[in-house]
Amino acid sequence: MPTIKKFMYINRKAPYGTVYALESLEVVLIGAAFDQDVSLAFIGDGVYQLTKGQNTDGIGQKNFSPTYAALGDYEVTKIYVEKESLEERGLTLDDLQHLVWEDEDEDYAEKDSIRLVSRAELADILDEQDVVLSF
Amino acid sequence: MKFSIQVSEGPYNHEASVTAINFIKAAVEAGHVIFRVFFYHDGVNNATRLAVPPQDDRNVVAQWSELAKENNLDMVVCIAAAQRRGIMDADEAKRQGLDADNLAEGFRISGLGQLIEAGIESDRLLVFGA
Repeated sequence: MPTIKKFMYINRKAPYGTVYALESLEVVLIGAAFDQDVSLAFIGDGVYQLTKGQNTDGIGQKNFSPTYAALGDYEVTKIYVEKESLEERGLTLDDLQHLVWEDEDEDYAEKDSIRLVSRAELADILDEQDVVLSF
Repeated sequence: MKFSIQVSEGPYNHEASVTAINFIKAAVEAGHVIFRVFFYHDGVNNATRLAVPPQDDRNVVAQWSELAKENNLDMVVCIAAAQRRGIMDADEAKRQGLDADNLAEGFRISGLGQLIEAGIESDRLLVFGA
């Protein structure tokens, strides 16, 4: 039986301005091949990574936000967004992409990937993890 | 305990790289095992042998190379992050048609899978910087 650990990737920074968000996504995509129990968390300015309608024309950089919508195909189905971080920035779930995954066990029913959690709930979820990578 | 280390910042803008070196020294001294050190983001800049800091400053790249030699460390530089930032070993430079390589002694270039594997195989994965 191969080891399955709980991996959490914590995304804390805005999508552009620094390279952390992009290179975090690269780790998530590669890591998906390892069949671990993966979840993502978006806190602080990291919540901006999931906003819809991103347009990077003005900064000459690739808009990589469509990749988040593909995470379901990589069996990354648990995406935690911290409620307080959204509120502090005047955002709601409606400002974020609608991310879904297909549940093979339920005839490929489409399910929401994003789980809105409070800061306190996220602390408990973090506590359950084996490996936490922060970006 | 078996540790792996991720270094996410370069040698000089941030203290993170030197803190990682100090942590590794202390961990080894206390009898712990370092499974792997993985260099990501600007952390790949710790692996250029072309760094020449002023004589009165510490040479962080040389410190890493020395640490690897003394402790037989597996120091892996992420290939995707390295290529963006011009960190090349001889093979990769040749493959890319470049006229120079700069990977310092003690480092090797490999993929992100090595980071995930380090997370799976180690008791703790510690991230320095970012």
